[in-house]
Amino acid sequence: MKNRKTLLVGLCGVSLLLAACGTASNSSSSGSAPGAQGFTPPKLSALTALGQPEGQLNVLAWPGYAENGSNDPKVNWVTPFEQETGCKVNVKPFGTSDEAVTLMKTGGYDVVSASGDASLRLVASGDVEPVNTALVPNYNDVYPFLKNKSWNSVNNVAYGIPHGWGANVLTWRTDKVNPAPTSWSSMFDPNSPYKGKIIAYDSPIYIADAALYLMAHQPDLGIKNPYALDDKQFNAAVDLLKKQRPQVEEYWADYLKEAQSLKSGDGTIGTAWQVTVNLAKSEGAPLQSTVPSEGATGWSDTWMVATKSQHKTCAYKWMDYIISPKVNAQVAEYFGEAPANSKACAEFTDKSLCDTYHANDAAYAAKIQYWTTPIPQCLDGRTDVKCKDYGDWTRAWTEIKG
Amino acid sequence: MTAVSPPSRRASAFFFRKPRLRLTILLSAPLLWLGLAYLGALAALFITAFWSTDVFTGQVVTDWSFDNFVTLFSDSVYRTITLRTVGIAALVTVVDAVIAFPMAFAMAKLASPRAQRILVIAVMTPLWASYLVKAYAWRTLLSGNGAINWLLDPFGLSGPGYGVAATVITLSYLWLPYMILPIYAGLERLPDSLVDASGDLGAKSFRTFRSVILPLTFPAIVAGSIFTFSLSLGDYIAVKIVGGTSQMLGNVVYDNIGAANNLPFAATVATVPVVIMLVYLAVVRRTGALDNL
Repeated sequence: MKNRKTLLVGLCGVSLLLAACGTASNSSSSGSAPGAQGFTPPKLSALTALGQPEGQLNVLAWPGYAENGSNDPKVNWVTPFEQETGCKVNVKPFGTSDEAVTLMKTGGYDVVSASGDASLRLVASGDVEPVNTALVPNYNDVYPFLKNKSWNSVNNVAYGIPHGWGANVLTWRTDKVNPAPTSWSSMFDPNSPYKGKIIAYDSPIYIADAALYLMAHQPDLGIKNPYALDDKQFNAAVDLLKKQRPQVEEYWADYLKEAQSLKSGDGTIGTAWQVTVNLAKSEGAPLQSTVPSEGATGWSDTWMVATKSQHKTCAYKWMDYIISPKVNAQVAEYFGEAPANSKACAEFTDKSLCDTYHANDAAYAAKIQYWTTPIPQCLDGRTDVKCKDYGDWTRAWTEIKG
Repeated sequence: MTAVSPPSRRASAFFFRKPRLRLTILLSAPLLWLGLAYLGALAALFITAFWSTDVFTGQVVTDWSFDNFVTLFSDSVYRTITLRTVGIAALVTVVDAVIAFPMAFAMAKLASPRAQRILVIAVMTPLWASYLVKAYAWRTLLSGNGAINWLLDPFGLSGPGYGVAATVITLSYLWLPYMILPIYAGLERLPDSLVDASGDLGAKSFRTFRSVILPLTFPAIVAGSIFTFSLSLGDYIAVKIVGGTSQMLGNVVYDNIGAANNLPFAATVATVPVVIMLVYLAVVRRTGALDNL
């Protein structure tokens, strides 16, 4: 009897703890927010000179960007960097840009591989600082069409080092999907034959994929840029996604979960990164991928330095290392994207890949609609209307999922 | 016996003479823990719920307003999610109670004392395995070409796939031990003589169950339901793994912290399960279930 009492008290304690963990919140808040209207980044200056490596580096990276052999012993470019510089690297992978922004606020990371939908938010909140590109020798070889873009610079001040870019592709199981799809309609058409087998990306930024589809299929809406949506355009995109929801098998934010879904055949068609396709293919799933006729959304990533970083020399050494021709090629080949360094293509083991990813094709790079943070000022230059900001996108995303 | 008593003895003698002081010192640590760590966190949560966030930079803006609560009540999507969550939690509780009662009964009344001990350990073993492993195991089982479909296929049936049904199954599995153990404890306390007396008075087994066993163990079932109900109410991982496209309150909280970085609104949503649990506890308090915890 006594033992059982103790047991129950123990159980009670455990569940109280769980409840506490589930509801406890840290109400951290600091300073006044810079006005969301237009935006002036906080005054911060770049590092002027490198010092001694600090021996530590905390990297916040997209999965596949900082491999240390733990996923695949053959894929490891972190260890050579550690041996070369003496900076011990801790890698934390993240699944969505929103997650990266939230994690950067904890202050525990030195560098982050930010996509365009995260970078400006990080700049505006002062979580990242300008970079001194003179301290990154390999920056000279970066394709000019990736430098000083709206997502990695503000008023011509560089806030990071371009890493690589690519498209969110359409992927499908070749044994279940016939004929090979050439349009996003296979995911958005209400009569899609793949009802209940569709996999979609779980992030508010996915609304841009619907807007991109509407650009081609409902030109009267006048969408010029899928990240600059006024009321009417935004509602059309949200409606399209609400109609898509019953056909969706599941939303993915974890690329491993998506790879598993494609492998088991629970999902047969979906939006994916090339790295997911490569991974599932390597494990035997019959997959194919393409950039459909409407074009695609995509990413152009930038390595950025945290303002509060205690390991800035290691951070600069990392940025220079990760875009050095050989390593940039390794990462790009593993992840399935175009490298930023113009000399990287010569280092690919599969030379055809650079053509596949259109690495030095500025015209193709211009066609991809890169992720960027939606703000009230329309990014397509319209001044007569107000566009939906990211807060609206987030609320709509909860509503779409229902 | 020495003339000078050791300090420990002197201390205990001192505290023996001052029972109030003894009580204060004994209770201060747990009360501090409860007051600061638990209630303090809840209070902080509640305060945050009245603030807002700059959507672009994600900084918390400490201006007081009811906007978050207005959104929560006016937006139908949050009502839908709340109802879905309560529905799932209630269903999980019912499923667990139905499965747990016969198991607990067999453990408490039919098994030998030695077998009882082994059965208690057997019920506890799933608690030793990681939550994630168990949830992912269900993901594999429920997959289109998983074991459940393979078993049902010869009968021309198919499994539930990913969705609300899969979530209920997974959560019921995860929380089952939390239901079995309180019921088992309750049945243990039920004297066999009462059951015998009922039989002697001519009651058939069902009548005995309905009029004697069930009323006396009902508080224990309610005690178990507090665990399963509250744990389901706050869950967001299982539904992310096997829930397909559906989301629960926990997901809204998680998405608002992880994706939108909107801590204040997440806090607002997080007050919903707290309020639901307070109401639930107030209702079940009268059954005497809380004495069974």
